[in-house]
Amino acid sequence: MDILELTAVELSEKIRGGEIRVRDAVEAVFERIDGTEKELNCYVTLEKEKALARAEEVQAKIDAGELTGPLAGVPMAIKDNLCTEGTLTTCSSKILENFVPTYSAEAVRNLEKAGVVIIGKTNMDEFAMGSTTETSYFGATKNPRDPGHVPGGSSGGSAAAVAAGECFAALGSDTGGSIRQPASYCGVVGMKPTYGTVSRYGLIAYGSSLDQIGPLTKDVRDCATVLEAIASHDAKDSTSLERDDLDFTSALTEDVKGMKIGIPRDYFREGLDPEVKQAVLSAAKVLEERGAVVEQFDLSLVEYAIPTYYTIAAAEASSNLERFDGIKYGFRAEEDSLHPMYKKTRSQGFGPEVKRRIMLGSFVLSSGYYDAYYIKALKVKALIKEAFDRAFEKYDVILAPVAPTTAPKLGDSLSDPMKMYLADIYTISVNLAGLPAISVPCAADEKGLPIGLQIIGACFQEKKIIRAAYTFEQSRKQEDRIHG
Amino acid sequence: MANVIDDETIEYVGILAKLDLSPEEREAAKKDMGRMLDYIDKLAELDTEGVEPMSHIFPVQNVFREDVVTNGDDSANILKNAPGCKDNMFRVPKTFA
Repeated sequence: MDILELTAVELSEKIRGGEIRVRDAVEAVFERIDGTEKELNCYVTLEKEKALARAEEVQAKIDAGELTGPLAGVPMAIKDNLCTEGTLTTCSSKILENFVPTYSAEAVRNLEKAGVVIIGKTNMDEFAMGSTTETSYFGATKNPRDPGHVPGGSSGGSAAAVAAGECFAALGSDTGGSIRQPASYCGVVGMKPTYGTVSRYGLIAYGSSLDQIGPLTKDVRDCATVLEAIASHDAKDSTSLERDDLDFTSALTEDVKGMKIGIPRDYFREGLDPEVKQAVLSAAKVLEERGAVVEQFDLSLVEYAIPTYYTIAAAEASSNLERFDGIKYGFRAEEDSLHPMYKKTRSQGFGPEVKRRIMLGSFVLSSGYYDAYYIKALKVKALIKEAFDRAFEKYDVILAPVAPTTAPKLGDSLSDPMKMYLADIYTISVNLAGLPAISVPCAADEKGLPIGLQIIGACFQEKKIIRAAYTFEQSRKQEDRIHG
Repeated sequence: MANVIDDETIEYVGILAKLDLSPEEREAAKKDMGRMLDYIDKLAELDTEGVEPMSHIFPVQNVFREDVVTNGDDSANILKNAPGCKDNMFRVPKTFA
């Protein structure tokens, strides 16, 4: 049996059944890493020694019957913007190149409580600003499905690591599509839950009103299982929600009979690759054949989502990243007096994309422009939320592409930031409206690059999303079995 | 391009953002920001008269709790990552010329 072919849930079952030792699972992952990591660069930091020690500790607890959950013993990776006590956390930035947190993010703690073994920290776009993982200070990550292409971003290291078998599952963060889009490009499952479902405590902030942590996994069952483990109410995050419906795995049923599915017509116009379009519409057919009622509708305001997002995200980023000034942590540039030290530290510590967004954010928040740009964007955000509210009065879920194309070639997006921003058109409005959404693999293009299907739900309706995604995934598996 | 960012504006933004830009970075920033603002100007097409700006998607206000101490002295940990510290304090370059 090849351990790496198992899903996270299957692995844990076999570990708890005594068939596989936790140590064997960790060693299998590191053996794979030894073979592929040099080319793919999924990780900023690997913690083999710690992982092996932790494996023994987890094994003992499993043997003693203290750890019985569905993720016990599973080796997982964590995006490098989530604090991990005692392990380097860089945000893929020079300014945090030496930052070792003295505490762990709440989502990481929740995984540890579930018996997960953390093996390392994954590469990302610097401070999660980017859609390709090419803005990392530590070099680009490559797409395991075709290393000439980007893995997507900003959680590109997490998505690539899962796709390459360099871990069984990973955590990412999603501010404008940063979990769903790399999941789509790498052919794995990725989910952003309703804003407030997973505590942001210990997540290094980018756009706080949009940031959510979520899973990147091999399949929908793993996704629901990891989400169930990390979701919790946390007094340390004032936007954390108290929910009593976090039993996401209860929605893993093949049943979409009577489910009302809306397809936004305005997502299928110019700019969408014909192969992606075809793949998403075929996926809708599959769900229709399983009893769902599929209908097209006009969502409206689609073209306003990106300018709204970049105004709000840049404004929040300029404020959030003010703390990186060479005083309390991270890199400090040598300078004799205080103020020039701040400026030099930040100028040398941040990369071009981060500077671009901090400057834009500073500008839209500056007096004289605040109302025209920032407040205007917050008003349009309200309108976008209303448009989704109207849609969800009629539909249980919305079906959409994740990105307009499959993974671009390395280097293609960096040359034109505007082009990179436009690729976020189908994911970004979900963050503005705080909605949950999943990306689940639905096809491959001519070149063999994966295409993701996005399923969007109303706030708190993760279970409907999981049910639809699981039904689709199972149907696709049956198809594969029939047609080989 | 409709939005032309002049030297004065980019200088001011540099001060707000606490960034020292090289001459090349400055020219690139003027162009990039102009392009982004042209794009953001699209929002002006929408009539938002009477729309409440939405900063949070749920109707939550401040979250209050009793002012009870729950943590101990964590100063050693807090200083662990400091580029400079002395006598249990952050050490910084001189603040007066």
